[in-house]
Amino acid sequence: MDVFEKLMKLDRRWVFLFLIVVCVASYYIDYKVPILPEDESRKVYDFIDSLPPGEIVFIAIDYDPNSMAELHPMTYAIVEHCWRKDLKIIFTALSQQGPGMADQVIRDLSDSMVLDRSYHSVEYKGREIVNGVDYAFLGYKPYYALVILGMGQDFRLPFPADYYGTAIDSLPMMQGVINYDQVACVLSLSSGTISDAWISYGQGRFGFPLFFGLTGVMTAQYYPFYGSGQVRGMMGGMLGAAQYESYADNPGRAMEAMKVQLPAHLVIILFIIMGNIGFFASRSKRKRGEVS
Amino acid sequence: MDFATFLWTTFGVFVTLSIFSFLYKDNPFYKFAEHLVVGVSAGYFVIILWHNGLKPNLFARLADGDWFFLWLNSTQPWYLIPAILGALMWTRFSKDYSWVSRYPMAMYIGIATGIAIPLEMANRINKQLYATMQLIQVDTTDLYGYIFGYGGFNLIDISTGISKAIIFVGVMTGLVYFFFSKAHTGWFGRMAKVGIWTLMIGFGASFGFTVMARISLFIQRIQDVDHWGNLAWNVNNDISDYHIGYLLVFWLMMALVFGYILKEIVQHVKSKKAKIQTP
Repeated sequence: MDVFEKLMKLDRRWVFLFLIVVCVASYYIDYKVPILPEDESRKVYDFIDSLPPGEIVFIAIDYDPNSMAELHPMTYAIVEHCWRKDLKIIFTALSQQGPGMADQVIRDLSDSMVLDRSYHSVEYKGREIVNGVDYAFLGYKPYYALVILGMGQDFRLPFPADYYGTAIDSLPMMQGVINYDQVACVLSLSSGTISDAWISYGQGRFGFPLFFGLTGVMTAQYYPFYGSGQVRGMMGGMLGAAQYESYADNPGRAMEAMKVQLPAHLVIILFIIMGNIGFFASRSKRKRGEVS
Repeated sequence: MDFATFLWTTFGVFVTLSIFSFLYKDNPFYKFAEHLVVGVSAGYFVIILWHNGLKPNLFARLADGDWFFLWLNSTQPWYLIPAILGALMWTRFSKDYSWVSRYPMAMYIGIATGIAIPLEMANRINKQLYATMQLIQVDTTDLYGYIFGYGGFNLIDISTGISKAIIFVGVMTGLVYFFFSKAHTGWFGRMAKVGIWTLMIGFGASFGFTVMARISLFIQRIQDVDHWGNLAWNVNNDISDYHIGYLLVFWLMMALVFGYILKEIVQHVKSKKAKIQTP
């Protein structure tokens, strides 16, 4: 058996083992990977950064724990950016386990927002984040398409009370906020078909500026909507999260992860090349009749 | 940090390792973790559906009526209609009466279709068609100006125009590939071939993103295990009362996972030896 046949018959477990070793080793080696900006993720940051204090951003936490690796860092970076800029946030969760994700982000960032921080050499004084003043967390409701349509009429239709059971009308920041007309944009961090519903039943029906944070698996299929302008900007996978962290000058888990992504991708590319060399070499051998 | 937090974090790491152990082969640790995920998700969904769906949207609205009057004296008795339709769905479990469930099903599908068709048509077909057939706006005067020295040259405009042209060609040739009423020969066949290449490039991009996603999941697990390791070894010196307990849990878990791996390796070596000995 020559080297090409060995390549073709390589046990997949060796690939896994090699990848694990590379990932773990690169995680513990201290080096930095430059994060290159991309137009689609830059637009998300620029839009939020351009909003004046007091504006409301609608953030839909439409993912479950199985995709928190990619979407959770995005949520942390965006929510912190919004709060440092004194923007208000309406949170919803249209996936079953989304409320837990949103709750964790709110609690963690409420704690860290008390501290003073500098981003891009601008100092932001720490402050207390108050429920109902800085944010409203509406919670989860099943059948996302109907919820999206319902919120277009009035947030109170699907969510008469918020996640904590308080009537929406008694939240100070929700006074006079009826539907999407009062929010600057909708940002859906999604790991499933909920993004389709935001395009068709949300943006298409009500015309608000729509931005996406998507898992890597989904990203490629949403480029046509970005190209057509239906989606104004989007962040794809952990790279998108790292890009947002980089724009916001707020390094987090995603930027840290990039130093593992790079060698891991190189390893996979290497294995693909090796597999292809093995395939073409053994095919040409078969054609020549050297192998039966 | 309290002992319970450490214990749950440790359990999380144990489940993580159990799931990843499937990369070697199917085993009881993987099965346990898999069943746990499915069971917890199902249980969680039932509860959340009750508290966020049925309770506030149905029972809370009928609550001002008297149960013994079957809520007919509620101020919103019309909510009984969806309740009855929903209850009729359960007739699917009966052989004799399963036909009844077709009525609520027909209503549900009818409403969903009625909402979906116009919006899907407008947003997923029409708007995408407009975007594909956009006028390719390459300002050639810029190019002439650049060549003849009287104007500017904007590479971005030109690349945008080229991108639009590529999208148009890609879509058209992709459609040609899926047109099976005519044999893929001659110029038609060549167009179909361009279509295949376009599709392959699209699939390649999707594959690349998918790889990134899978690696991202693994990286997050590494980060979590690292965080847990810091806790277990008391790197931040925030453990005071239960230090021995922490280390005990840590080593128990390690012994369990590595003991299993060791057992697998021994079995593997034994089976190899047995294969060599049998002629």
